[in-house]
Amino acid sequence: MEQNSIVTISGLIKRFPIGKGHFTALNGIDLTFSKGQFAGVVGPSGSGKTTLLNIIGSLDNPTEGKANVLGQEIGNLSTKKAALLRRKHLGFIFQTYNLLPVYTVFENVEFPLLLLNMSGSERKKAVMDSLDWVGIADKVKSRPAQLSGGECQRVAIARAMVKKPELVLADEPTANLDSENSHHILQTMENLNKDLQTTFIFATHDDKVIKYLKRKILLEDGKVTADDIITN
Amino acid sequence: MIRFLFKGLLRDRNRSLLPILVVTAGVTLTVFLHCYITGILGDMIEFSAKYTSGHVKIMTRAYAENKNQVPNDLALLEVNDLISNLQKDYPTMEFVQRINFGGLLDSPDENGETKKQGIVAGIAVDLISENSKEIDRINIRKSLRKGRLPEEPNEVLISDEFADKLEVEPGGTVTLITSTMYGGMSIQNFTIAGTIEFGVQMMDRSGMIADISGIQNAMDMNNVCGEILGFLDSPNYDDIKAMNVENTFNDKYSDPNDEFSPVMTRLKNDSIMSGYFDYVDSFVGIIVTVFILAMSIVLWNTGLIGGLRRYGEVGVRLAIGEEKGHIYRSMIYEAILIGIVGSFLGTLVGLGFSYWLQEAGINVGDIMKNSKMMMPSVFRAHITTPAYYIGFIPGLFSVTLGTMLSGIGIYKRKTAQLFKELET
Repeated sequence: MEQNSIVTISGLIKRFPIGKGHFTALNGIDLTFSKGQFAGVVGPSGSGKTTLLNIIGSLDNPTEGKANVLGQEIGNLSTKKAALLRRKHLGFIFQTYNLLPVYTVFENVEFPLLLLNMSGSERKKAVMDSLDWVGIADKVKSRPAQLSGGECQRVAIARAMVKKPELVLADEPTANLDSENSHHILQTMENLNKDLQTTFIFATHDDKVIKYLKRKILLEDGKVTADDIITN
Repeated sequence: MIRFLFKGLLRDRNRSLLPILVVTAGVTLTVFLHCYITGILGDMIEFSAKYTSGHVKIMTRAYAENKNQVPNDLALLEVNDLISNLQKDYPTMEFVQRINFGGLLDSPDENGETKKQGIVAGIAVDLISENSKEIDRINIRKSLRKGRLPEEPNEVLISDEFADKLEVEPGGTVTLITSTMYGGMSIQNFTIAGTIEFGVQMMDRSGMIADISGIQNAMDMNNVCGEILGFLDSPNYDDIKAMNVENTFNDKYSDPNDEFSPVMTRLKNDSIMSGYFDYVDSFVGIIVTVFILAMSIVLWNTGLIGGLRRYGEVGVRLAIGEEKGHIYRSMIYEAILIGIVGSFLGTLVGLGFSYWLQEAGINVGDIMKNSKMMMPSVFRAHITTPAYYIGFIPGLFSVTLGTMLSGIGIYKRKTAQLFKELET
């Protein structure tokens, strides 16, 4: 593993059974992500972006090859250890926000901290800090149904960031947002990346997101066809 | 965490209120049906007890062997002393004398010649004693159609239909032609006090109810009766109590070598009723089991649907880092909580409806007026001990089982699959 790298993938193959055969979603991926990167896996639908993110996020296992995330071999993790990895070190941001509709903004953001058994006062401070980062602290008592799409995604970012994870995985985070909201969201994530040194890995084919990326990995038919560091 | 999940449960009506309402409704129906069926079938037993068999019945051994022929020549003797002793031995019970009799009932014209005549099936009960409960027991007051209740030993009631057939009205005279207990012919005039309608065709066709002292006099049966019926203090038949009474009585009074010695038979051992008891037990068992199974499937589905519609939430919770086992257990605890609350409410409501039906009853007299079956005209529910817990079978176990089964999907499906379902 390279020094300072938090994700190392080598010879990663992922096949899904289809009927009597199988479909190869990822075909020999070799990648390394360093701490503090703002990277994106881009490519058309069906290219394997989400599958790659799922494996990095310990939601799925490789068929062949290795995926080492924060020093832990994903293929060897028990479900309990995988849950622990997600609980402590990973944050997820979804395309459809996936906030729990019956809970308030505060409670949605608080949920990951409850799993970490933090005290009430620690939770409150962390939640309010997180909501401040995303600029939505005035909506703590609102329910998701009372928020706009952009506000919901901010809450989702706050939920992903509240435990200050080392790595945030964002799958098409702007797909349901208009241009203005997308830029606000991406600026927020960019600021968090700078301020907290949190590593972000996006799966996207949205040009608005691609403009913000500092590293762009092109995935086509399960293979990495380009891996560019963007310096501007 | 528990408070957090409980808050979510309370706020999400689809997770709390709706399942609780479904469970409550299912449990209400289960409890009510159980009480209703138990009540109806129990009423039929009680109806039979009141009219023919008592909770226990005392006859001579010889009479018991031939009871279908109503052999009054084999009747119990010295019954006043026997009843007096019985009241001392079983102070909470009530014992009454009954004589079943048959014969011809003749309706004379103004010249005393036969105008109309019919075969009569009669029952003699204590109608005119001050403390007698027989009038209420066999529902005579409510069955009265014309005239009044008998006030003298020589006054009788006959069925309304029979009165029409004999062309007699209250106040008119009829002649009972029968035999004494010693085999002699008995011809006795009675005055029609009133006419009755039981809603039971068998009784309405040719029934006659007479005071026991009048019939004892007519049939030369002073201090004699065909049967003594005993009634327990509980409103419904209790077989264990009845069996105890039966055993102690037969030990004390019955002599297997003396065919004229009294013998007691409890209702369940009565030849007519024994099969019926088995039938009732099986019927209640089958119906309630089928209903519980049906309700279980419905409530199981409620649990399943509740579990399945939360796959999205499960996906989020997994992604955030909650363990599968923790999610599974929390869903089961929720199901248990919903099952307990729903079962409790359903049992309460079911018992409420059942209590109402137990007290008020449903009068089906008009519907049953042409029935040839001997059955009560008012259906009542009956709350028994199982009614307090039977609803918890579908209410608690089925919902929990449904949730457990649907939750297995959490384990069977790969995390990524659940996660994918979250996105759909």
